[in-house]
Amino acid sequence: MELIYLLFILALSVFLGFALISRVPPLLHTPLMSEANAICGIIIIGALIAAGAEANSPLTIILGTSAVALAAFNVVGGYLVTERMLKMFKKKS
Amino acid sequence: MNNEFFMNFVYIISSVLFAFGLKFLGSPVSARRGNMLSSLGMFLAVLATLCSGHIISFQWILIGIIIGASLGALVAFKAAMTQMPQMIALLHGCGALASVFVGWTAYQVHGVRDLTNAITLFLSIVIGGLTVTGSGIAWGKLSEKITGKPILFTGQKWLNGAIMTAILILGIMFIINPARYDLFLIILGLSLFFGIFMVIPIGGADMPVVISVLNSYSGVVACTTGFVIHNTLLIVVGSLVGANGMILSIIMCKAMNRSIANVLFGAFGSVVKKTGTDEKKEAKSISVEDAFLILENAKSVVIIPGYGMAVAQAQHAVRELSELLEGNGCDVKYAIHPVAGRMPGHMNVLLAEANIPYDQLMEMDAINPLMETVDVAIVIGANDVVNPASRHDKSSPIYGMPIINADKAKSVFVLKRSMATGFAGIENELFYYDNCRMIFGDAKQTLQALVAEFKSSQHR
Repeated sequence: MELIYLLFILALSVFLGFALISRVPPLLHTPLMSEANAICGIIIIGALIAAGAEANSPLTIILGTSAVALAAFNVVGGYLVTERMLKMFKKKS
Repeated sequence: MNNEFFMNFVYIISSVLFAFGLKFLGSPVSARRGNMLSSLGMFLAVLATLCSGHIISFQWILIGIIIGASLGALVAFKAAMTQMPQMIALLHGCGALASVFVGWTAYQVHGVRDLTNAITLFLSIVIGGLTVTGSGIAWGKLSEKITGKPILFTGQKWLNGAIMTAILILGIMFIINPARYDLFLIILGLSLFFGIFMVIPIGGADMPVVISVLNSYSGVVACTTGFVIHNTLLIVVGSLVGANGMILSIIMCKAMNRSIANVLFGAFGSVVKKTGTDEKKEAKSISVEDAFLILENAKSVVIIPGYGMAVAQAQHAVRELSELLEGNGCDVKYAIHPVAGRMPGHMNVLLAEANIPYDQLMEMDAINPLMETVDVAIVIGANDVVNPASRHDKSSPIYGMPIINADKAKSVFVLKRSMATGFAGIENELFYYDNCRMIFGDAKQTLQALVAEFKSSQHR
C-alpha cells in the first residue's frame, strides 16, 4: 500500500513539474537549470539521516559525511549562482 | 511519532515553496523572489530533519556541511558567466554522487527490505553512477580539459551495448538476491564506466542536450533514492527536476530537428562528409570602415550571437556597439537561437551580464517574422543556426532545423575568424549570398574597431 501512495505522489509531482517548467521562458533557462541543481540538493535530508544515524561502521560515516558535503555544495552553490545570474537580468531603464 | 508528523508537515511546506520557486521563474521580474522562497523551503526541510530525532550525532554532519557549503559558496562567487555550463555539469555530478552515497548507506545499514526496495536501489545506483561520470566528462569537455570533438573508436557501440546488457543481467541477479554485496559494487562500477562511454562520443555543440539529459537524470536519481529511503520530499523534488531536464532536452532537440537518440548515440559532426562544394563561389568580405558606413545609416539592427561570441569574450564590446547604434537612432535587438551556446539559455546570461536589458533579447520565433524589415543582421560567432540550407536543401545534414532567418535582412554581416565550417562540418551558403558580407578577424577586435569608428565620427 505504501508503494501505491508513493507512486501517487510521483505521478502528481511529475505533472506539476511539467506544468510549472513549460512556462519558464527560454530567457531564464540557465538560471532554471541552476535552480534545479539547488533543489536537487534536497538529497541533503537523506544525507543528514545517513550521516547522523548511529554510526555502525567507518564506511557509513565516510559515505554519509561525503553525501552531506556534496549535497551542501549543491544547495549552496546552486542557490547562490542562481541569485547571481538573476540579479543581472535588468529591464531597459 | 509526533516528531515524524512534524517533519512530514514541514516537508509539505517545503514542497509548496519549491513549486512556487519554479513558478516565479516564469518571469524575470519575480524570479529572484522565487529563488528566495525556494531556498527558504530548503532551509526548513533541513531544519525539520535535524530536529526529527532521526539524528543522533551531529559532528559528522557539521563537518560535511561546513566543507560543502564553503566550497559551494566559493565556486558560486568565483565562476565566470562563460564558465556556467561546466559549473552546472559539476553540480549535476555532485548531486548524483550524493544520491548514490545515500542509497549505498541505506543498503549498508538496513540491507534490502523488499522487492521494491531492491529495484529502486538498483535504479538509483545505475542512473546515479552514470550521471556522476557522465557529468564529469561533460565538465571536462565544457572546460576544455578534454577535447570537445566526439571521441570515437571502432566497436564503441558494441562495447556500450555489452556494458548495458551486463548491467541489466547483474541487476536482475541482484534483485533476486539482494544480499550479494559484490553484485552491488560491480553494478556501481559498471555504471560509472558506462557514464564515461556515454558522453565521450558527443561533440561540444551537442552539450545543451547532454546537460539537459544529465539534469533530468540527477532528478530521477533523487527520486529513486526517495523510494529507497521512503522519503516523500525526495520523490517530489526529484520528479520536478526530472521533468525540468526532460522538457529542456525536448526543447533543445526540437531546435536542432533531431531526436534525443540521435544526439546521444549519433555522434553528429564526425560522420557527416563535406557536401555541396561542387562550385567554388567567392564569399565577399567588407572592411570595418565600409561596414560602419552601412551601420551608421541603418534604422534597425539585429545581432545574432553564437558560441563564438562567448569564446571571443565579445559580449561587452557588443553592448558598447549597440548603445552607440541606439544613440544614433537605430533599433537594436538580439536574436537568440535555443541551442546557441553550450547550454540552454547560455547566451541570455552572457548578454545580461554585459548589462544588455532582457527586453532586447528576442526568441527565434519572435524575431523571424520581423527579419525582412531589418536593415542589418550581424552574426557574431554563430554558424549553423543561420544556415539557410536547412530550409530548402534536403541533402543537407541540418535540413529541417529551425534557424534564425538572417539572410532575409537587407544586409548581413558575419563576424568570423575564417571560412572554417561550423559544428555540423558543412558549408554555410549564407556566406555566398549577395546581401552577405564577411568581416574576418577576432570578433571582439572587429567590434571594438566598429565602436572606434562610431566614436571618431561623433567627434567630427
